[in-house]
Amino acid sequence: MVTDNRPLSPHLQVYRPQLTSVMSISHRITGLLLSLGMVMVTAWVVALAAGPEAFASLNELLASPVGLVALLLWTLSLFYHLLNGIRHLFWDAGWMLDLKGAYASGWAVLVLTVILTAIVWGGLL
Amino acid sequence: MAEFRLPKNSRISKGKHHPAPDGAKNVKTFRVYRWDPDSGENPRVDSYDIDLDDCGPMVLDAVIKIKNEIDPTLTFRRSCREGICGSCAFNIDGTNTLACTKGIDEVKGDVKIYPLPHMPVVKDLVPDLTHFYAQYASIRPWLRTQSPAPPDKERLQSPEDRKHIDGLYECILCACCSTACPSYWWSGERYLGPAILLQAYRWLVDSRDEATGERLDDLEDPFRLYRCHTIMNCTKTCPKGLNPAKAIAEIKKMMLARRGL
Repeated sequence: MVTDNRPLSPHLQVYRPQLTSVMSISHRITGLLLSLGMVMVTAWVVALAAGPEAFASLNELLASPVGLVALLLWTLSLFYHLLNGIRHLFWDAGWMLDLKGAYASGWAVLVLTVILTAIVWGGLL
Repeated sequence: MAEFRLPKNSRISKGKHHPAPDGAKNVKTFRVYRWDPDSGENPRVDSYDIDLDDCGPMVLDAVIKIKNEIDPTLTFRRSCREGICGSCAFNIDGTNTLACTKGIDEVKGDVKIYPLPHMPVVKDLVPDLTHFYAQYASIRPWLRTQSPAPPDKERLQSPEDRKHIDGLYECILCACCSTACPSYWWSGERYLGPAILLQAYRWLVDSRDEATGERLDDLEDPFRLYRCHTIMNCTKTCPKGLNPAKAIAEIKKMMLARRGL
């Protein structure tokens, strides 16, 4: 029997996105964005050391629409990753590790992410 | 490694359409994955318009109707038609479940039916489960003991101890959970997956089993156990309402407990 030409059944192409999987991949993506944010912080510190002109021009870049969107994404990532990380710690302890708990904590993370981000930006603006 | 696109020989082409019989009033379309190993062609999705007034209530009823009345070449596994054998596990409407316990009325729009995800396809809706079963055998899913068996009776268990395997012994090994798990998709060669780990836990917590340490040794591995990232697709999709994610977390806790952490 020839078996090496067997196709692979579709997976990502057909599997319905749901809170469980979407929040899991988002945790990874926000972790990646946080790493990029660290590059930004480093650039900020380097600009500070390089003198007032460099610092001013970087601040200007950050205050531009593109810069503000990047900073907003960064804050969202920070709170999402933090809160979802706590959710994972709860799970590792065996708490809320059922469908009901996963959905309740999942929605709580999403709502709190938005609220905390709004508080930070409300304080800034 | 994660390979997000399907290999060239697995990409789906357009299939045939089978219209409903004349006069059918209550028509629903079923889109079914087809692959014929003898044709040399890529998989395709055929659509079948079914008259629901002349069909049983479950997705399996419709699939059987297609095979009996429209296209006898359609190939799939089925047996008990009451959710206990685990044969008719497909990806239906985007999630894995048993066709025999999934009502057609639970699906909005067309009913899309694919084989269990990220598996080699033998034909149509039949995936090759050889590796899955080999992984099951690898955890040695039977009672392992050192002490001699009582000469005149079974190894007994108190009702309290028996309760520990509730929510575990009900697993029918349909493979819905494992093939819903992205970690199993990307690392299934070495990661045991939720179904097998739930079974591993079922023997770990059995009060009569005496190989707990050895069983944990076998699981102490970056891939076999620790590729679980608590995505929870397994628990979400289990047609028996079991919780493999919880079982895996309990194994991880046992790993820490025996190190005194």
